[in-house]
Amino acid sequence: MQVTLEHYLVVSAVLFCLGALGVIVRRSLLVIYMSLELMLNAANLALVAFSRYQNTLNGQVMVFFIITVAAAEVAVGLALIVALYRKRQTAHAEDLTTMKL
Amino acid sequence: MDDFFFYFFAGLTLLCGFLVVANPFSRNPVTSAMFLLLSIVSLAGLFVLLHAFFLAAVQILVYAGAVMVLFLFVIMLLDLKEEARRRLQTFAAAAGVLVVTALAAIAILAITQSGLGHGLTPQAEGSTPRLGHLLFENYLLPFEILSVLLLVAMVGVILFSKKELP
Repeated sequence: MQVTLEHYLVVSAVLFCLGALGVIVRRSLLVIYMSLELMLNAANLALVAFSRYQNTLNGQVMVFFIITVAAAEVAVGLALIVALYRKRQTAHAEDLTTMKL
Repeated sequence: MDDFFFYFFAGLTLLCGFLVVANPFSRNPVTSAMFLLLSIVSLAGLFVLLHAFFLAAVQILVYAGAVMVLFLFVIMLLDLKEEARRRLQTFAAAAGVLVVTALAAIAILAITQSGLGHGLTPQAEGSTPRLGHLLFENYLLPFEILSVLLLVAMVGVILFSKKELP
């Protein structure tokens, strides 16, 4: 069977749902962050597939931007987690239920 | 041949993605990070199948290189042995699985029923020169703004990492 656009989109959708599952189920902030990365990658895959099948490279430029922003986001987010850990000695979503530091 | 590689890389991506989220053998964040690495590399394989060669290289360099090093570094910095000892809340986990399965079913049904890829043939070639032309002609302003964003992120991270938060 020929691989079509739908095949790639289904893979992307399933990968996105796996990431969402990780964000909902897991309680460690770091693993939640990794699941967020999975979701971003799923969006990237969908964009590249659309770009290939619509014969335009705009989608790939978009993915390029997303990868850059994701790298910046990871740096800031991990710095936040480290700062939080220093204050509260925990990196668990369950222990971080108050707004007050 | 292409079909075989598609199913191989897609299966590997999804399997490793699942093992990032719910590994039955280990709840250690390092294992999750390693499977995330594998998942990202096989996603780069899918990019190659879609003829997005430049993006595949960038994916490996930035994600598998820089981002994963950051993750491993922070895991090393924090003491996360506690994670393995905590029990999962079964009700929350079951509710999460239910919701996400429903979401996946809706998305897959919508994609297969819509006939999105009908009559489309794969054409676009993501070669570096063409992408570079597009990036520095049509998307020059966003590209420059992105560099400012990276600078802002860097300053922010340095500020956060100081011993005493202001």
